[in-house]
Formats: sequence, structure tokens, C-alpha cells
Amino acid sequence: MHNFTYHAANSVADAAAKVADGEDAVLMAGGMTLLPTLKQRLAQPSDIIDLAGVAGLSGIRVEGGTVTVGAMTTHDTVANSSEVAAAIPALAAVAGHIGDPQVRNRGTIGGSIANNDPAADYPAALVGLGATVCTNRREIAAGDFFTSMFETALDEGEIVTSVRFPAPETAAYMKFPNPASRYAIVGVFVARTTGGSVRVAVTGAAGCVYRETAMETALEGDFSPAALDGMTASADDLNEDIHASAEYRAHLVGVMARRAVAACG
Amino acid sequence: MPTVSMNVNGEAVSGEVEARTLLVQFLREQLRLTGTHVGCDTSQCGACVVHVNGVSAKSCTMLAVQCADAEVTTIEGLADGDDLHPMQEAFRDNHGLQCGFCTPGMIMSALDLARRNSTPSEQEVRDWLEGNICRCTGYHNIVKSIMAGARAMAAVRGG
Repeated sequence: MHNFTYHAANSVADAAAKVADGEDAVLMAGGMTLLPTLKQRLAQPSDIIDLAGVAGLSGIRVEGGTVTVGAMTTHDTVANSSEVAAAIPALAAVAGHIGDPQVRNRGTIGGSIANNDPAADYPAALVGLGATVCTNRREIAAGDFFTSMFETALDEGEIVTSVRFPAPETAAYMKFPNPASRYAIVGVFVARTTGGSVRVAVTGAAGCVYRETAMETALEGDFSPAALDGMTASADDLNEDIHASAEYRAHLVGVMARRAVAACG
Repeated sequence: MPTVSMNVNGEAVSGEVEARTLLVQFLREQLRLTGTHVGCDTSQCGACVVHVNGVSAKSCTMLAVQCADAEVTTIEGLADGDDLHPMQEAFRDNHGLQCGFCTPGMIMSALDLARRNSTPSEQEVRDWLEGNICRCTGYHNIVKSIMAGARAMAAVRGG
């Protein structure tokens, strides 16, 4: 790991100022992706601004039909929150299957979505639930937040402060994990709102989380696994690596979507 | 170089570190607490698991400076003199180790499970060990040890 200058931020404004001051400064939340990236010398920031000491960025609030998760809330906290389990059980389930227990103890929702790994779980939950990302400057719809592989709509110095999730009528996430890393080879998050609209968000399969709109239309007509019979994703532009071909991932999208609908009950 | 101060196994310690110094390097190379191991150095294997403020963490994937003013517990902090911690005792009783390299991380990880669940099922233990790898593949007795250790800890607390 190349060396850098470490700063502990004491407020969001302080963090934003320190990022602006640094030549090539980066923010650190839990560090579960950043530190391994630095160890491999895939990045060489001049400064690391640690958000761990910023008050008010952690915690879960449930009001009416909305769950708000602070950006520095760990996956473990979301996974074990009785309030989240009552309001959006699928969200707790997503958090509880990220990485391993030690990663969940340190990793945060804000760090995960700002990194936008194409195989991360949270992006599927945000897009599937139609969440809103709140930053120190504005609010961004999840559908506009994840722009491409490891890229988001965040501007320089913009910091995620929380994520707001509307509770759906029903939702479920099904992941076909890489057995070593537990990242999604394919993960599908299905949610139906009380108004009957359906979202099918797919992670792991392509360069960035996306929605299977044909499946959404089919499920809005008939919310059952059978409505997706014979449907797969198009293999065009899907990821291909040593773990799975594009065709296999396309097949898995259909399988995971049907399983998610079945799990919605 | 930054100076970092923390509490390790109940003792206040401080040292000069580089910003990039990992917690595991600080523990092993400066404090000479070599019970915490480095297996993979890529946050996969869990040989480096310690507790930071009571919660298990992979010390190869934390900076020492992130632990400023934190309470850190390593495998060396568990036994009371010659009296082993109940979880250590359970690993001994159940032959929960073969070469022993992964054992410190296994025990520190197990303690975080026992804190949450004093009567974990076999499946719960196996799921919890997602982030701990034993290259001797001695999982069977590790799982037995953790189930026994968690129950022994609960019995001590109850008594």
C-alpha cells in the first residue's frame, strides 16, 4: 500500500472541506473495499478522509412507511434491526448476506453504494425499492444514482448522508453468490408496491445494476413465478468471467427472479 | 508520522505508525502480540480477527489509525493467567484445531457469535464462519468447539 495522509473528519462539512483540500483525496466509510484496493495498489490517494467519527451519520429511523438508514450504518446493524425486519424484511435479508460477519461489522450502506461495485447487493435493493439517496447537497433517486460500473451520480466532494426506503407491499432478494467472495454472480431484487407496480432490479449480471422491464410488466399482470416462465435476460452486454458466461448469467436472472417472486409469498 | 493510542487487552498503548500501517502490523510488529495471524492479507481468511470495541473485525483490513482510542482485544487478552477462556478450553476439549494457524481468528470470531447467540445451532455456527478459513479443513471439530464454548460461556454467566 502506498502511503497517504489520514484525516478523521468530525462533521460532514469538515469531510467535504478536507476532500476539497486534498490533491487526490478519497472518503473512507467502513474501508471494506477501499483498503483491499489500496493494498493491491489499484489506487493511490493523497489523503484519506475517515467518516467514522462524524456524528449523525449512523442509525435507522422508521416513520410511517419509510425506513431511513444513515450512510455509516453497518450491514450488521441493518441485518439485525427489528425495525427494519418489521418494515422491509427483504432489506434486512440483503444486508445479512453481504460478505461475511466481519465485513458486515465494518461495511456501511453509504460506502457500498458510493462504490457501486457491479456485483454488490445494496444497489439492487435501492433500485428495486425505489429508494432515495440523500447527500449533503441534494436528493437523488436510486434509478439515477447508479450510472455505470463503479460510477455514481455523486459529484466531487458530495457525500451520501442517508438512504430513504419506502416500504413495499412485498419484496424479496435472491442471490446466486460467488462461493468465495459472496458477491452476487447474479442477484435479483423484486418488489411490489401497494399500488401494484413491480420493480425487478438485477445486480451482478451486467456492468451496473439495471431493471428487467419486461419482467416487471409481466409481473404487474400476474404476480406469480409462472408469469416469468420462459423469460430470461438478454445475454447481450452481460458480464462474462471465469465464474459464469454471459448466457449463464442471463439464465440465472430468470431463475433468481422467479425465486424472488416465490419468496414474496 | 502519526502517533496512535489505543487500549489493547486492557492496557493503554501508543506508538508511531505510518497512516498506511495496518492494525495487524501494529499488533504484531510493534506490540509483539503475534497471536493474531496474517493468513491471506486479503480479508478472506479470518486468521487476523480481533475485537475492536467489542465487535469482531479483520485486523488486516483496518488501519491502526482507525483504532485511535478504541478498545482492542486479541487472542492474548482472553486467558486469565493460566486459566483459559471457556472458548479456548472448548477448542482444547474438542480438538478444535489441527495446525493451529487459523485458531486465534476462529476463537475471536466465535466469541462475537457467542455474544449474540449463546446456543448457536450447527448451521448457525457454519454460517457464521463464512469469513474464517481452516486450510486443514478441520471445520467439524471447530464447529463442535464453538457450540460447546458458547454454552460454557452462558453457563459461567448464569452461575
